[in-house]
Amino acid sequence: MSFDVEKLSVFDLDKFKEIGNIGAGNAATSLSKLLNKRINMNVPEVKLIDLENAVDMIGGAETLVAGVYVDFQGDIQGTILLILDSASLSKLLELLIDKEAASPISDLNDIEASAIIEVANIMSGSYLMALSSFTGLKAIHSVPNLSIDMAGAILSVPVVEYGAHGDKTLFIESQLTDGSEQINNYFFLIPGITTCSVLLKALEVGK
Amino acid sequence: MNDSIRVGMAELKIVKKNEVLVSLGIGSCVVVALYDAVEKIAGLVHIMLPYCNKIKNNANPLKFADTGIAELIRRMVDAGADRKRLVAKIAGGAQMFSSLSSFNKEILTIGDRNVEAVIRTLGDNGIRIIAQETGGNYGRSIEFHSDSGMMVIRSIGHGSKEL
Repeated sequence: MSFDVEKLSVFDLDKFKEIGNIGAGNAATSLSKLLNKRINMNVPEVKLIDLENAVDMIGGAETLVAGVYVDFQGDIQGTILLILDSASLSKLLELLIDKEAASPISDLNDIEASAIIEVANIMSGSYLMALSSFTGLKAIHSVPNLSIDMAGAILSVPVVEYGAHGDKTLFIESQLTDGSEQINNYFFLIPGITTCSVLLKALEVGK
Repeated sequence: MNDSIRVGMAELKIVKKNEVLVSLGIGSCVVVALYDAVEKIAGLVHIMLPYCNKIKNNANPLKFADTGIAELIRRMVDAGADRKRLVAKIAGGAQMFSSLSSFNKEILTIGDRNVEAVIRTLGDNGIRIIAQETGGNYGRSIEFHSDSGMMVIRSIGHGSKEL
């Protein structure tokens, strides 16, 4: 019998929220150091998303966004998606590359693309590191991959993976914004189906 | 024109006469549209994975190419379509992220296997594919018009197409 995310209790969901707090908190600190700017984090949300609604999770399915895909393996396994809308992406590039007129989102040059990938790399690393020092579970993550495309098509990637196990996908969502709210980052951790129970167990022991 | 009818992942819808079926932000999924041009009956299924028997939790037949298409054919016939007249148009099956550096190559390359499974299942059922817009590394949105049987495909940076 495989793990069923639809049977998670409220307490279990709170534990996943705690993972979001710890991981995204550390990712926010890294981003803040990188940009030399204050970064705020919302209270993470744990979402169980239906197949039909997944593509609309962060606004319209056809909204143009930058999505970075990272997967991780080890004691725990899963996927990270970092999603930025086009205004946030431009602002981030402006801060990173120190250039006023960044390329349009659909036509990034190599330096701009690798800057975004590096941001995702640093944030994913920080998130997983915080998670592993809290739980004792270790994981390494892949080199991030960038896609500039419809939000729906990007969000569907982890949903299809979950689709092999059930009809809902577990997203731990954190939003990171800078003080002036010009940059809005969606950071999603999608624990693999077998990893859900490993994480819950690890958090119990830590009580 | 009436409001269009959304067909999300693992959904199936059938319409008659002057209506429009839409699926937005399709990545590695494949949408299969079947059409009976005489009765003007159109049906769309939005599949996510290739074969139902390769998956343990296969309770929802509409997720899979093989069982999803079988269900679509059955419901089209129930709705009054002639099975012998059915033709197919298919779209989707992209690979949104490069799998080179990923641990999870199987999922990132599922688009290709979805397309293969769709083509094979339609072939096994004797249904001809009259238009196909699949593969690549970009997302798509589609509209299917039941009055004309036309499929309109939109993408970002890869233009629009009418099939």
